[in-house]
Amino acid sequence: MIFKNQILRINDFIAERPKLQFYLPQALTAFFIIFIIGYFSFNAGSNMDEQGLTTGFGFLGSEAQFDIQFHLIDYHGGMTYGRAYLVGLLNTILVAVLGIIFATILGIFFGITRLSKNWLVSKIAEWYVEIWRNVPLLLQLFFWYFAVLRALPPPKESAHLFDFFILNIKGLYIPEFVWTNFNALFYSIIGSLAFVIMFFIWAKKVQESTGKQYPRLYVSLGVLLAIPTLSILAGGVQLEFIRPELKQISETVYNYEGGSRAIPELIALVFALGLYTSTFIAECVRAGIQGVGKGQKEAAASIGLTPNQTLRLVVMPQALRIIIPPTTNQYLNLTKNSSLAAAIAYPDLVLVFAGTALMQTGRAIEIVSITMLSYLTLSISISLLMNWYNKKMALKEK
Amino acid sequence: MKITLKNLFSFLAVFTLVFAIGTEAMAAKAGKTLKNTKKKGFVKCGVSQGVPGFSNADASGNWTGIDVDVCRAVAAAVLGDAGKVKFTPLSAKERFTALKSKEIDVLSRNTTWTLSRDGGIGLTFNGVNFYDGQGFMVTKASGITSVNGLNGVSACVNIGTTTELNMRDFFNSKGFKYEPVVFEKADEVVAAYDSGRCDTYTTDKSGLAAQRTKLSDPSAHVVLPETISKEPLGPVTREGDENWSDIVRWSLNVMIEAEELGITSSNADAMKTSENPAIKRLVGAEGETGAALALDQEWSLRIIKQVGNYGESYERNVGPDTPVGLTRGPNAQWINGGILYANPTR
Repeated sequence: MIFKNQILRINDFIAERPKLQFYLPQALTAFFIIFIIGYFSFNAGSNMDEQGLTTGFGFLGSEAQFDIQFHLIDYHGGMTYGRAYLVGLLNTILVAVLGIIFATILGIFFGITRLSKNWLVSKIAEWYVEIWRNVPLLLQLFFWYFAVLRALPPPKESAHLFDFFILNIKGLYIPEFVWTNFNALFYSIIGSLAFVIMFFIWAKKVQESTGKQYPRLYVSLGVLLAIPTLSILAGGVQLEFIRPELKQISETVYNYEGGSRAIPELIALVFALGLYTSTFIAECVRAGIQGVGKGQKEAAASIGLTPNQTLRLVVMPQALRIIIPPTTNQYLNLTKNSSLAAAIAYPDLVLVFAGTALMQTGRAIEIVSITMLSYLTLSISISLLMNWYNKKMALKEK
Repeated sequence: MKITLKNLFSFLAVFTLVFAIGTEAMAAKAGKTLKNTKKKGFVKCGVSQGVPGFSNADASGNWTGIDVDVCRAVAAAVLGDAGKVKFTPLSAKERFTALKSKEIDVLSRNTTWTLSRDGGIGLTFNGVNFYDGQGFMVTKASGITSVNGLNGVSACVNIGTTTELNMRDFFNSKGFKYEPVVFEKADEVVAAYDSGRCDTYTTDKSGLAAQRTKLSDPSAHVVLPETISKEPLGPVTREGDENWSDIVRWSLNVMIEAEELGITSSNADAMKTSENPAIKRLVGAEGETGAALALDQEWSLRIIKQVGNYGESYERNVGPDTPVGLTRGPNAQWINGGILYANPTR
């Protein structure tokens, strides 16, 4: 009885003060969060004191003492753990970018073909999506790495593709490009790009004011091809390929020296990630296109647009609004799934930093937090970029 | 003082206290891990994910190996039954974290005793149960007969091991170029080496001998003769629980000393009537070694009877008659030319 009175009094007190209603729950939540974080930090700290372990990020400056087989920047074992972290991070970004490009191209292609009127073509796209979507990614990765790896020939019997690529079990070799007088070519490319951009802007203005369309695609292609070629022929720009050479290490062990190399781990990872994620992107694309009202297509047909033009000018701009948010999800998934590289010896951030470096220094908490922060930053950057693109694509209500 | 009942009781209390403390001076206090293990009823042992001869599970899930036998010895000493062990297979990456986070209490996983692990990570090494060294394995067809022919090779290794670091030291000291291909699990390393992705596979020589049995054609591969590093392998415990570390250390020691004194699992009971006081101490007929570890007096006898001495464990797991096929080498007793030297259990 007494409590009921007290509760009613408190209720009235709070009801009369809207500011309190606003701030009190937030203050309580903030206090609660700080309490939880503080408790766990204190717990971790006292546990580590008990075991006699030190904390701190000073280890990032000590010598790493291990080598990494694939590094985009200069690295050897005498460099610091911080440098090893950068190498791992760049490798992860490389895999993520390559995987995203691969997945997007394949995803758009299969998404659109699934809606084709040709029954066989759309069925093939459907099977492709269903098969590669429903097998766990790790198994697909093992399949590409181990099953396909065993099929690749040893260096002595490498497959030569287009007389340009060399493919064997140790990787995909690309000749080294040696340019002479590269500056002329470089400036000609920049110049033609600038011209193409200005031409586009000018052509759009003309179209909006007078309705006259210029063949933008052909003009820009022509310029982009003609001017650099001219610079090659007339400007004395030369390109030489230094092909990798086969060197014998011992009786049966051969290696290719020279040129650049994509290790089989990278190839397997990009294939597996790209194929797996492309199925999800294909479904997003299909959802987007089917989400555009049928009336739009009919209206476009009635004013005389070809099916190709309808897709390009009417359907896709509207479909993109539906496609972009789920596709952003898939890009983030791909970036995080790239951490599976640890299973097949691709030296990405997890294997190099949260694997070897963690093992050798024992600093689990610091290293794992740095790794989590790195992935968080990568993911947030990708999603910020895609959100900006999404906003650009959004219909502006007039 | 007047002899009253109250005085008598206080006198008795003090006397009992002094008496108890006095006799407790010889006995050790049971540590937290020992108490928890007795409560749980099994020893939590961390092992590898399958190294034949050291820790390997057969098709029905029974674990065997010399590392497994160390854990069984601890179980026999502490719980009275060598079978009361829970084995957790761990990769090289997670083994120390599992030990530190108390997921396991003993790590018996051919782990090398190094300074940085002993001092820097909060672990204690408890003796050596296998003196090993790092070596290289190549295919016979490659024609490489010595480590001097390894310039420019790609080498498959396990992540987070001393192997990774030693390999770099070795290749740098010779001025060779090499390419490390680093995997997390030993099975993946073996599969990659078997497929030809790497020209050589490097790890401890005992590991090479063990993993060779898993290759598609073991006879097509050869372990190069040179040893490029020292790898003393032994059981590991957490820093902070001295009583538990002592138990693990002296359980291993009992196995080694039993072989030196000629006590086997079959004659351990008969040895109770031996003339040699060292033997009698080891089989629990004399002395109070158990109390110093907070265990009962039969602890060492149980180890010898249920697991066997070091030689028996070696012969049945990695000996010359097994598929792994290693000779004793440096792992023989010091009286037989090796470097296994048991501390006196007294």
